Amino acid sequence: MTMIDVTGLTKRYGPDTVVDDLSFTVEAGQVTGFLGPNGAGKSTTMKVILGLAAPTRGSVTIDGRRYRDLPVPLTEVGALLDAGAVHGGRKAYDHLLALAVANGLPRRRVGEVLARTGLEGVAGKRAGGFSLGMRQRLGIAAALLGDPRVLIFDEPVNGLDPEGIRWIRDFMRSLAREGRAVLVSSHLMSEMAQTADHLVVIGRGRLIADTSTSEFLRRSGEGTVLVRTSEPAGFALRLTASGATVREGTESSLVVSGLTGAEIGELAAYHGIVLSELTPQRPSLEDAFMELTKDSVEYQGVTA
Amino acid sequence: MSPHASRVAFRHTLHAEWVKLRSLRSTWCTLACLFAVGLGITSLATSSAGAEHESASAAERAAWDPTNLSLTTYVVAQLIIGVLGILVVTSEYATGLVRTSLAATPRRHRLLAAKVVVATAVALVVGQALMFAAFLLGQSLLAARDVPHAALGDPGVLSAVAGGGLYLAAIALLAIGLGTIMRATAGALATLVGIVFLVPALAGLFPSWLRGLLDFWPTRGAAAVFATVPDPAYPHPWLNLGGMCLGVVAVLAAAFVVFRRRDV
Repeated sequence: MTMIDVTGLTKRYGPDTVVDDLSFTVEAGQVTGFLGPNGAGKSTTMKVILGLAAPTRGSVTIDGRRYRDLPVPLTEVGALLDAGAVHGGRKAYDHLLALAVANGLPRRRVGEVLARTGLEGVAGKRAGGFSLGMRQRLGIAAALLGDPRVLIFDEPVNGLDPEGIRWIRDFMRSLAREGRAVLVSSHLMSEMAQTADHLVVIGRGRLIADTSTSEFLRRSGEGTVLVRTSEPAGFALRLTASGATVREGTESSLVVSGLTGAEIGELAAYHGIVLSELTPQRPSLEDAFMELTKDSVEYQGVTA
Repeated sequence: MSPHASRVAFRHTLHAEWVKLRSLRSTWCTLACLFAVGLGITSLATSSAGAEHESASAAERAAWDPTNLSLTTYVVAQLIIGVLGILVVTSEYATGLVRTSLAATPRRHRLLAAKVVVATAVALVVGQALMFAAFLLGQSLLAARDVPHAALGDPGVLSAVAGGGLYLAAIALLAIGLGTIMRATAGALATLVGIVFLVPALAGLFPSWLRGLLDFWPTRGAAAVFATVPDPAYPHPWLNLGGMCLGVVAVLAAAFVVFRRRDV
């Protein structure tokens, strides 16, 4: 079921086109990764979805309605745009209470979301003293207040330690399992590969790819096999003769593509060649992502 | 899904704004500061009055206005109550909380209206409380020095004290408008100081057609409401105060327009 429908969205700030004729959908029951380099227009798109920024052209609907027309917004959409968006002088409980009463939600929801995000112990503490990880949790608690069917997170793992990253990743997956639509942005491909079912990739505000994660991985390369042997030159010839593509790796190793590890092993045994290493290598997701978005990175560094 | 209202009503937004205001320590600090400074200035102003009255000429004694004397504290109080009004809006911009607030209440006019109503209610209550407290404290200090003093039942006194409370509430509203338009505490506060202090101080430099505006300006014409001895320049002080309130309404109207139109 389509929960978020972005259609022909264009957003200009003065002469700059930040989002350019962007269309995609976010479906229920899965995590949709919203990927792009910094400055690609991810945050702007999310702001337009939430009605915080007005589109120059195009439209965004949540379950068929504009955000501002939702009768009780927090029960439909929960969002975490910026973990810092909390008044540091306000206690976590009061921050959530103000949001809950703004939408007529029962007071007990505050306790429930504090428990779900593991913040019960600091409910009475001022948010100004929270670590980044705790602020992220508080932001997620706020997003969950209305038990919404759509969740939107902007770069939720930025700046978190490995434990925090894992917690957020598992949390997203569990939200999707509950049937919710989860839209989460990131500029880290590897992060999204582990979290998202579906990927929407943008660069310079334009759609680059809209595909399932497994399809994206399959297309991004079949992978290579690292081979180490005492007679690399001779074996390389035999590999090439068998249809593989071979290039030299570091320390006289061979990087082979076009054959599986098993096929390479059989070939070596048939010719009586001793292999000291045979390692299948996962395709580098970051490489695939960089390849995809290299034309749309705002500022490119020069490789020395 | 948990049980909840089928539609968000204005009372929900009002309640949320009240929770936000009361849950900040800065709110209570500002209010404590308002009363400490406000009443402190009243006691300073009235304690030096004994000597002044002693040495005053007959004409000065005829114009002796103990009510006005005890209420001059408004000059500083308007700035502190203004800070309260400014912070209601700008603290949300400073932290980014305004995005969270607008996600919960996407109808922007409703959110700003709730802020205006809650802050006005608070400003009305504390403004009146401060003016009555300042009057009573000031008069008891004057009485202790055997200087002519006033009682609430005297002609014009209640009007001056209650009018003073309204004046302070109007300044708080002006501050909310400035905070919404400027979106930053420093800018809004500088503008407020410019309006209530600098413009009156530089009044002599203005061309004559602009000076008519000063009849309705804070700390100038609009402050005539604090006097019980009529100032010949402002025979109807409530008209001057009303004029200032119209100006505040105009600033607020502009605030509502820009608050709806801007991206956050």
